[in-house]
Amino acid sequence: MPAIDILGLEKTYSVGFWRKRPRRALCPLHLAVEDGEILGFLGPNGAGKTTTLKLLMGLIFPTAGSARILGKEWTDPTVKSQIGFLPEQPYFYDYLTARELLDYYGRLSGVPAKQLKSRIEAVLARVGLPDVSGMQLRKFSKGMLQRVGIAQAILHEPKVVFLDEPMSGLDPMGRREVRDLMEQLKSEGKTVFFSTHILSDAEALCDRVAVIHLGELRGVGAVEELTSGVAGKVEIIWQGTMVPASLKALGAECHVTGDTVRAVLAEASQDAAIDALRRERLQLLSVTPVRKTLEQYFVEKLKKSETAGGAP
Amino acid sequence: MSGSRRVTVTAGLLLLLSMAGSIAVVRRLDQVRSGATLEEVLYISSPKLLKRMSLGYEGLLADIYWTRAVQYFGNRLIVRASHYNLLAPLLEITTGLDPHLLVAYQFGANFLAPSPPNGAGVPDKAIQLVEFGIQNNPDDWHLYYELGFVYYLELKDYAKAADAFDRGSKVPHAHPFLKILAAEMAQHAGDIQMARALWTTTYQTTQDKQIRANAVAHLRALQVDQDVTILEQMVGLYREQTGHWPSAMADLVTAGMLRALPRDPTGRPYRLAVEGRVEVEAPDDIPFIEKGTPPGYQPPPPKHLESQP
Amino acid sequence: MSARIVAIAANTFREAVRDRVLYNLIAFALLLSGAAILVGQISIDIERLVVVNLGLTTVSLFGVVIAIFIGIGLVSKEIEKRTLYTVLSRPVRRWEFIVGKFFGLAGTLVVNAFFMAIGVLAALLYVAHAYHKPDGWILVAVYFIILQFLIICSLTLLFSCFSSPLLSAVFAFSLFVIGSFGDDLRGFAAMAHGLTGLLATAAAYLVPNLSPLNVISSVAHEQPVASQLIVYNTAYALLYAGVALCGAVLIFERRNLK
Repeated sequence: MPAIDILGLEKTYSVGFWRKRPRRALCPLHLAVEDGEILGFLGPNGAGKTTTLKLLMGLIFPTAGSARILGKEWTDPTVKSQIGFLPEQPYFYDYLTARELLDYYGRLSGVPAKQLKSRIEAVLARVGLPDVSGMQLRKFSKGMLQRVGIAQAILHEPKVVFLDEPMSGLDPMGRREVRDLMEQLKSEGKTVFFSTHILSDAEALCDRVAVIHLGELRGVGAVEELTSGVAGKVEIIWQGTMVPASLKALGAECHVTGDTVRAVLAEASQDAAIDALRRERLQLLSVTPVRKTLEQYFVEKLKKSETAGGAP
Repeated sequence: MSGSRRVTVTAGLLLLLSMAGSIAVVRRLDQVRSGATLEEVLYISSPKLLKRMSLGYEGLLADIYWTRAVQYFGNRLIVRASHYNLLAPLLEITTGLDPHLLVAYQFGANFLAPSPPNGAGVPDKAIQLVEFGIQNNPDDWHLYYELGFVYYLELKDYAKAADAFDRGSKVPHAHPFLKILAAEMAQHAGDIQMARALWTTTYQTTQDKQIRANAVAHLRALQVDQDVTILEQMVGLYREQTGHWPSAMADLVTAGMLRALPRDPTGRPYRLAVEGRVEVEAPDDIPFIEKGTPPGYQPPPPKHLESQP
Repeated sequence: MSARIVAIAANTFREAVRDRVLYNLIAFALLLSGAAILVGQISIDIERLVVVNLGLTTVSLFGVVIAIFIGIGLVSKEIEKRTLYTVLSRPVRRWEFIVGKFFGLAGTLVVNAFFMAIGVLAALLYVAHAYHKPDGWILVAVYFIILQFLIICSLTLLFSCFSSPLLSAVFAFSLFVIGSFGDDLRGFAAMAHGLTGLLATAAAYLVPNLSPLNVISSVAHEQPVASQLIVYNTAYALLYAGVALCGAVLIFERRNLK
């Protein structure tokens, strides 16, 4: 049984004074997320990622369709004690301190009073905010707020965690920490559904990705599969600054950096290139097949539907 | 979606029930408190203070107090109350806030002067009120008329009434009738015609429903008085002609003195009582009559309401 | 369920208390109570009268201002700032949120009324040098003022569910003023006929009936308050607040958050 099963969720807004112009924020979406996996929900800004999350959280109501989370209807309030949600650019009650906020949320999530205090300390330590007692949230930096956001999402030890652009606004250190945290969550057996438009994060973290654009799901697949297809190119690096003429004839693109040269050429010409380099007695440093990146898959998916007549 | 549905249905039902309940309680509260807000009027010693407190909206406040005055009087009139203590203060405040509210003076003149249950029984206050009105509206002939009216009807001071009508007749665009009233007052004060003329003028010069209704009632009573006088004269004539009292009204018809059975303004036939007296069937229904009532008749006494004043 | 409602109410209360504007208003109100003493001294006989009248009127008016001030943002602010996202993603029912907010706001106002009433009673003690038996009715007047607050709170909460703060404030204040003239509105409705009469009657019963809750003048004149009045007023306040709350729940239940 999938942890999250989206069954045709759809959202159309009626815009305009007489509500005549419908705007499709989300076309009927069918997507399943398996138990214990990390699924990346990729798409450019305005693709419908946040709309999907808002629908799943019950913040907005679908025009059609339904979803099941952990086997129950997504509107079932009991389900909510087992899910955590970090919204995009979260905003919290700024007159509260971090502990007060987590205490409030903990009570709302039904964390037993006895365990509440210790859980709060534990989760604050986990997200790297142990020394913030007494400081009101209005004084927190963006990165700190993001950490508080993650803290409130996992405080009640949910089985499924939904994160909307969890890395946004973080510096590289922060992003690294969040990535590590997400991997920890996975190792604890939790399911993570997160949306982002930063592909490198998705590539590093996700088991599977789903690409969405203009409200339509364009492709789903395991990261491995999508990027395993060798792009048919190979990268060769050698010592020195000289580029043999024969390599150029093979159609290699060469870049000289410092005292090494990096050349990318077709896989078929790999042997010929290596022979050419040996003849010139150049020292080979590395020979690596070039993998198709997620970015290419992504751009491909976006383009395909646009040329095929596209979404409304 | 069933959870949400249940909430919607429950909230909807609860809303309707609470709404119905709140309306019921409001009505009950009205009964429990009848007149309570108005009692505050007794605590306001100075309309001038009230005027200042109204922050420039005295016109609106005057309208509110006027509405209260009319309601207060109307509610009590229906049940024939014995006290109308708040009527004078209410009208004083109304006119204090808006000295140009003509109908308030008319109302006061018509209903402050008569005794309960038809009025508050304070004719001096009525005079005071209308004089205040004249002070503030010296060119409005209606007010002189009202003044004269009070002197004539309740105080029976025909000299002062004539004087008031006279002053009024001198105002530009005055009703030409004022001059006539002033002149006739001296001679024919007690005549039915004079009373009838006054009530008719009152009826014609006001828009207020209650004042008009009151005028109509008086005119009907005058009609009855006149009818009874005439009928009793006829009965006397009959006796002279035949040597005995008629046994019933029908006899007068048979004798050719009347064309048909005479009826009073409520539509009931006049009755013949002993010794040639003509009476109305239901004197309670025709207030203000002076003739045609059985001997020893007392109009029903005014009621003491639980909630004073 | 109740634990969640209590948590929301407590949080609402905490928010109000930490809002510094609240303190300014209370301080100003207390100042006015003190000023009542000065005003009363101008005319010796009516010292007590002025203190009670002015003091209680201040409690009533300022309380309404505070209720509107805080109430208009109760729901709309949370939607605007999206603090609701992390609340509603938890096992909180939407109606629990509304009810919790109401109790939080009502609690704030009760506490507020409590402190301001103490100010009035203190001023009274100062001018009268002792408490007399009829002064007990002042407490009933304060209780009625609190009932009035409940009604206003429920209305501002209702408006906050679908209207911007500015409009909510305008609606709420208008209803407060019209409701204070509720008796006259019903009187007018009784006298009007036809369509006007129908509309006026509907309006007269929809508008909150605040006149019976104002016993300030009679209490100032040491008049007792009928126990029937206390019972019916309590019932009315609860029922009317119930109507507004149900309305708020119904609207919020189906509202798409931005």
